Amino acid sequence: MDLHELQTQITLWRDEATYAFQKVPGSAVLIRYVRSSYQNDPVRSALELVLVIFVIHYLFAPSYSTKKNEIKLTEAEIDELVDEWVPEPLVAPQTALEEAEAERLPVLLGPTAPKSKLVNGKTVTNLASYNFYNLNANDQIKEKAIQTLRTYGVGPCGPPQFYGTQDVHMKTEADISSYLGTEGCIVYAQAFSTISSVIPSFCKRRDVILADQAVNYAILKGLQASRSTVYWYKHGDMEDLERVMKKVVQDQSRKQLTRRFIVTEGLFETTGDSNDLPKLIELKEKYKFRLILDETWSFGVLGRTGRGLTEAQNVDSSQVDMIVGSLAGPLCAGGGFCAGAKDVVEHQRITAASYTFSAALPAMMAVTASETLNVLQSNPEILQQCRENIKTMKAQLDPRSDWVTCSSAPDNPVMMLVIKPEVVKSRRLTIQDQERILQECVDEALANGVLITRLKSRPIMDDIGTRDKTWTLQPALKVCVTSGLSKKETEKAGTTIRHAITKVMTRKTNSKLAVPAAA
Amino acid sequence: MPRKLSNPFANSANMPQSERTGERRLSQSKGNRLTHFFSSSPKNKDHLSAQQSLLAMHASPHMPSPSMSLPTISLSTATAGEPNTDESPTTLFKPPTEAESEKQRRMDAQFGPINSPNHRYVSKSHGEKLPPPVIDEPPYYFLLTTYISYLILIALGHTRDYFGKRFGNKKHYASLKAHNGYAPLNDDFDNFYVRRLKMRLDDCFARPTTGVPGRFITLIDRKSTDYNRSYEYTGTFTETLNMSSYNYLGFAQSEGPCADAVETCVRRYGLSSASPRADSGTSDLTLQVEQETANFIGKPAAMVFSMGFVTNASSFPALVSKGCLIISDELNHASIRFGARLSGAMIQSFKHNDMVDLEKKLRLAISQGQPRTHRPWKKILVVVEGLYSMEGTMCDLPVILELKKKYKFNLFVDEAHSIGALGPRGRGVCDYFGVDPSEIDILMGTFTKSFGANGGYIAADKHIIDKLRATNAATMLGESPTPAVLMQILASLRIIDGQLIPGQGEERLQRIAFNSRYLRLGLKRLGFIVYGHDDSPIIPVVLYHPAKLPAFSHEMLKRNISVVVVGYPATPLISARARFCVSAAHTKEDMDRLLAACDEIGDILQLKYSTGIAGGAEPLPEGVTPETEAEWRKANGLEGVVKAPRWKLADVLARGEEDTKQRLR
Repeated sequence: MDLHELQTQITLWRDEATYAFQKVPGSAVLIRYVRSSYQNDPVRSALELVLVIFVIHYLFAPSYSTKKNEIKLTEAEIDELVDEWVPEPLVAPQTALEEAEAERLPVLLGPTAPKSKLVNGKTVTNLASYNFYNLNANDQIKEKAIQTLRTYGVGPCGPPQFYGTQDVHMKTEADISSYLGTEGCIVYAQAFSTISSVIPSFCKRRDVILADQAVNYAILKGLQASRSTVYWYKHGDMEDLERVMKKVVQDQSRKQLTRRFIVTEGLFETTGDSNDLPKLIELKEKYKFRLILDETWSFGVLGRTGRGLTEAQNVDSSQVDMIVGSLAGPLCAGGGFCAGAKDVVEHQRITAASYTFSAALPAMMAVTASETLNVLQSNPEILQQCRENIKTMKAQLDPRSDWVTCSSAPDNPVMMLVIKPEVVKSRRLTIQDQERILQECVDEALANGVLITRLKSRPIMDDIGTRDKTWTLQPALKVCVTSGLSKKETEKAGTTIRHAITKVMTRKTNSKLAVPAAA
Repeated sequence: MPRKLSNPFANSANMPQSERTGERRLSQSKGNRLTHFFSSSPKNKDHLSAQQSLLAMHASPHMPSPSMSLPTISLSTATAGEPNTDESPTTLFKPPTEAESEKQRRMDAQFGPINSPNHRYVSKSHGEKLPPPVIDEPPYYFLLTTYISYLILIALGHTRDYFGKRFGNKKHYASLKAHNGYAPLNDDFDNFYVRRLKMRLDDCFARPTTGVPGRFITLIDRKSTDYNRSYEYTGTFTETLNMSSYNYLGFAQSEGPCADAVETCVRRYGLSSASPRADSGTSDLTLQVEQETANFIGKPAAMVFSMGFVTNASSFPALVSKGCLIISDELNHASIRFGARLSGAMIQSFKHNDMVDLEKKLRLAISQGQPRTHRPWKKILVVVEGLYSMEGTMCDLPVILELKKKYKFNLFVDEAHSIGALGPRGRGVCDYFGVDPSEIDILMGTFTKSFGANGGYIAADKHIIDKLRATNAATMLGESPTPAVLMQILASLRIIDGQLIPGQGEERLQRIAFNSRYLRLGLKRLGFIVYGHDDSPIIPVVLYHPAKLPAFSHEMLKRNISVVVVGYPATPLISARARFCVSAAHTKEDMDRLLAACDEIGDILQLKYSTGIAGGAEPLPEGVTPETEAEWRKANGLEGVVKAPRWKLADVLARGEEDTKQRLR
């Protein structure tokens, strides 16, 4: 083929292409645009072309790069990788302590009572349940619950927002708020998850939370879910709290105002001690923080009629922004609540996950809660009776035992017994050693007819990344005093526990004194 | 001890009916007085005193009962005058007394009687592939106006905010403004939707109820004079047809064997176990319920929780952690998302029910490993729901299991809605597809819905459950389920699997399956756009326009039917919907009533959008099979041509019963 022919052919193709291009609608406009933009300056056109390419590239690219670090693989390679991949088993094997614990888990035959029967046929003194006033055996309350059953059935079969709100729930909410003296109250279907839901419904990203180091697992999960910035202060140390508050206020002085919260407990689940509420209120008002107070363990316990920490320390409940409590423990019902101002309560009805996305509390339990509150209000002497028993029990354990000391507040029916620091030091006991020893104490006490338990939150709490690692949870025995036992019975149970502890501590295997640290 | 426990059931079955009724009536009326503390209507009181006087008559044995005046022929030793309706062979004819008919009415209001043996169907996969749900769309006009509606709402909302904050009532805006050095409690932006959009239809949500949420539900009437900011209770009640509760098998009852068992149980066990499971909250009853649950599900072991939400929220942190991957369906329930977020594992989602997308995500995840480091994932947990509560779709279990074999991931199936509601034996999606439950690692579910109780369960292999008991926070620290709830679970489980009152469980299962298909077919034929699979008891009807949500709810309420309406953010912005939850407690007549109401309201609100691609077509003539129809269509070039179904109500009702049992078209 010579040059001439090629030229004609190219001209032909070009003409055809031009013709085809002109047939495309809008092509004339495009040509006109290119001509007008060209203006005898090819750089202009090149620039426009680059812009067009960039726009097209931009439009087709994903909104953000997800494949920054991705390695290109062929299908065959992927198949090979899929074949080679060996996942870990879904759960790890049980540890020795877990296995031992599962084996010895007490199983009650029949009801929870001060004297409970176990499936092995033995009747034991039950000091492991939160049945502080033995309301579980109250026939009058049982009768009310049964009447409710015969009117409402068991489950409400729906979440509160969709026809799950029953008149009994509204009554329980009204009862709690009038009991505590708050504007409003919202009842959740479970106590444990209440605070984990309350915190994230108010605290969002960029908000600031100051929390006590020793807060319980449910609060930690709430803090984790909230994604707020969490600062820790030393357990129960109001000076340290003030220091951190000052720091936060200073850091934020130039930034946009964010919500600030203090999260703490009325009676601590992990240590059993209490808080100085008037000081807390003073600080919170000085530095403009809101206070979320978890009264799970103090509601129905502290104060003359059991209203909790606010009553015990003479603080107006409206000064606490959110009071979270449980209806499941000593009240023998079920569910939890959050009490506060009307705005605070109504906000949760839509934004609190475990309220919105869960079925409502069974009517029977709502009525039970109302009834038990009524009992506490009308007979505050049962609280007194329980406190007498706490004193009796404490007299048997704290001053008399060489090995353990009680870290709980004086009115707390859950007595936390921790191994004395000097014993831990002299015997060089690790946390795991202490847990093993305490488990032995539990077993020994049970063998002698007293059912107690120990604090079991350490392993699951250690897994939480957000936790303050400078604070270690002290293993403890839990002894739950109940007014269902007489003074004599309580005394006897206390003696049994003390002897059990002494027996375990003086066992040869538990005395690590002679073992060098390196071994 | 199980033997002793099963006694209450035996008793209730054999005990002469009259004795028990007498007892129960008394407590019943007391219960009313207690619980109607809030608002006792005069009507209710009259009705009670009438009941009580009748009771008094029953209590005295020598008083002639009304039935004495009629001739009765005694065929057995039973004494005349003793009302004994259940053991009918004793007399040939006896009209029910007023108390009996009242009791019957109450029981029927909780659980409707089946009126024809034809109103049953077995919920089961017939081996065909699960068709991907057909999403029908209305004409563009409706979509466009929906968007415009939202735009208007948002524009109005902002305008009202702008002026309200400056000149309006200070009280209403207090929580949005910083005051006294405190930042506002609610973010203006976060709260906008609730304040300006939800508030307008707030009276359709959280309607307070009283009594049993069974076939009928009693609403406490309320009205608002300040645009739903607060409500006044009028003191009256409305009994409505309940299309809103998750009462799939109709176990929300205050009479019958379950309630009897619960009553006995409360007397024996008390109200609470007042302790977490790991301390002293485990009783023989708990272990028995766990064993029965495991047997029912078909897994070696199970554990029960006191709340369904927490079952998920606490199980994910116990199963997966950093270095693990959760691949979750995009429409999974909030509790799954909450739990997954707390677990610390990486989370990816795949398109709803799209198995191709799931496989793509799996291949990518396994081949690429963890981000940045490219270390292989420790475990991959795929999380799906058996039945999706807002869509009415089922997961495609057979395909997921095929993928599981190839990609070796762990599978978590949330059967919150499907357990009890699906499958020939009520065992959920596994049962529906005929899959062995052992192929799935973890089966989770709730007792709130089909069982009329509360709480949730996890069923798995024994070693998994043993480990979870030691690592699951809700077991270690959360309260254990109360005895009453445990007994409700136990009794309803035993009814479903036929240990107790054989035949009743089966009836319940087959009735819900029939009702679901019947209603779905009827709605499709009327011309509504309905989402979900044919056998699902959750039937969402798409309404689109935000203004139609309250309108639909109010129109239904006018016709004494309570329905749930849901919009954004629970659904995509565009597809706001009403949701019907079908129950075994409903009768076919209830479904007919609902269809008639839908037909009327559909015309008023212009809701009949469907194009026909999702079903509702004319039935085939005699002797024509779907295959010959397909051939005929091919021959005539009519493939893909569908007529929009707009049946007349009378035709829908006439043909419904028969066609429900065919393959729906």
